[in-house]
Amino acid sequence: MSSPNQSSRPQNDNPYDIATGEFDKGVTSGRKLFGKVMTGLVMLCVAIALLPLASILFMLLKNGLSRLLQDFPSVFTELPPPPLVDGGGFRNAIMGTLLTCLIGALISVPVGVLTAIYTVEFGQGNKLSQFVRFCTNVLSGVPSIIAGLFAYGVVVVLMGTFSAIAGGVALSVLMAPIIIRTAEEGLKSIPREVRQGLVGIGATNFQGVTNVILPAALPFIATGVTLALARAAGETAPLLFTALFNQFDARSLREPIATLSVLIYNYAIAPYKNQNELAWAAALIVVLLILTVSILARSLTSRKVY
Amino acid sequence: MTSPTISNQETLIESSQKFHAPRLIDRIFYWLTVLLSVGIGAVLVWITYSLLSIAFPAIATFNLGFLFSQVWNPVQDLYGALPQIYGTIVSSIIALLFAVPLGVGVAVFLSEDFLPRRILTPIAFVIELLAAIPSVVYGMWGIFVFVPFILPLLQGIHNALGWIPFFSTPPSTRQMFATALVLAIMILPTIIAISRDSLISLPPQLRQGAYGLGATRWETIMQVLLPAGLSGIIGSVMLALGRALGETMAAAMLIGNANRVNVSLFAPASTISALIANQFGEASGLQRSALFYQALILMILTLIVNMLAEVIVSRFQQVE
Repeated sequence: MSSPNQSSRPQNDNPYDIATGEFDKGVTSGRKLFGKVMTGLVMLCVAIALLPLASILFMLLKNGLSRLLQDFPSVFTELPPPPLVDGGGFRNAIMGTLLTCLIGALISVPVGVLTAIYTVEFGQGNKLSQFVRFCTNVLSGVPSIIAGLFAYGVVVVLMGTFSAIAGGVALSVLMAPIIIRTAEEGLKSIPREVRQGLVGIGATNFQGVTNVILPAALPFIATGVTLALARAAGETAPLLFTALFNQFDARSLREPIATLSVLIYNYAIAPYKNQNELAWAAALIVVLLILTVSILARSLTSRKVY
Repeated sequence: MTSPTISNQETLIESSQKFHAPRLIDRIFYWLTVLLSVGIGAVLVWITYSLLSIAFPAIATFNLGFLFSQVWNPVQDLYGALPQIYGTIVSSIIALLFAVPLGVGVAVFLSEDFLPRRILTPIAFVIELLAAIPSVVYGMWGIFVFVPFILPLLQGIHNALGWIPFFSTPPSTRQMFATALVLAIMILPTIIAISRDSLISLPPQLRQGAYGLGATRWETIMQVLLPAGLSGIIGSVMLALGRALGETMAAAMLIGNANRVNVSLFAPASTISALIANQFGEASGLQRSALFYQALILMILTLIVNMLAEVIVSRFQQVE
């Protein structure tokens, strides 16, 4: 971490440059050059970092949009085609993604919000809330495929079948840390005067939290839920052995169900052109969905309540 | 920090004890939140336990020899994890080699005032969008766009530097190196976001002092700001490493699933998560158990890396 020009002190006697009229603090041309080169390098870094995103979005639009426009309604209303059959859509996968995400949210939102209420409202800074924060961080680092294996070992083995419920459980493991973190942030953003006011009017903890504090923190919690849903909608690995896949509509929550992400995986590695195209179209839908939701979530929190 | 003080809470609890029914609801509510908080920790234990219980037959059969065996033979029911452990670690390290300089460079750019705020903020936002793209989409982009694009370049490297063992095989369409590059792109947002936060949160006096001593902008960055923000940067790298180790879909789609250790980076390889994703569907009995054994190894690897990251990042937050 040392510059090559560390030891070079001003060599010229007069730091005031008569030609340019600048007083240059004795910065030699070598040190200036080093700065210029480094500035150029970091700008190059930014360009390289932006390139893949641009490429991905461009290819998604190029390959996905044509298919979506070409058979516009049928992509959303038909079932996935078998190999070597033209046309087809992914209505069952759209339903499956919505259902598994919904089940994931139904589990993770109450757990996440109540946990955040404990760590911020009741156990501020105590051992348990520190432990919970640690576990939340560790949980958010658990590889998504492990969440899938966990749901397999617990739900699939127990129910004896792959199902939307197992998929939802796997997703909830990944969603909970996101919800806990954003809910904590939201609760912390409420000024202490509000809590003091609640004590002043004789409200119980339960009354205070449900009537005043939760509603005030709602934008943050909504942000957390939407971010968690955005992540869940794109997750594939946890669904591979829990929701599995289904060529047809699932008739109940207790049987294998197709999801957009697993459809993308299956059809992207398939050697059939029609299925590849369908994978691109599905990917475009998922990415558009996720990007809109993430941008929406951001605008929710930027609006300050207090 | 706007939070109730201890005494504040005690009065809250006391005041709730005046009325019976609200007090009961209140107690139930309190214990419910405690229960769920403990539940978060319990889930971690439960995950480890469920992996362990299904992996147990394989652990009993192969012991620690599993870690050093290159065999993966479902016909004879003999399994080992060395190619996967090697592939997981090597692909993650190559990904870091590319992502760390790039990510820290971008973080420096975004934390300095090279451009006005109103231009930097959208750039930072767009880079964060990289994190929102699902890994299966990265995998598909890798198959159809990135690998065909990078293959001629790798062929050139092989032709010129083929005498180096790492580049000794002609680049295959499914291979370790290209997978690692895609992983690098995927972990870039993690490194950028946390490194940038740690650089921005440094006290302005550091910069002012360095400028006052006559340092140029880049001397300040290299000799003052980066060393001061180092723990945050290392934390970001550890978190990124955790993500790269566990990354499944991109690896499963791009790495080629070869069950042997190959020194050449241009040859097909395997990672733990890729193997699980590819084989779990058809596996049963001891093979399934062996896959859970591999998952357990992955879990332990990522747990260690993430806990280290946790400790490092929390230390930097305390300094802040």
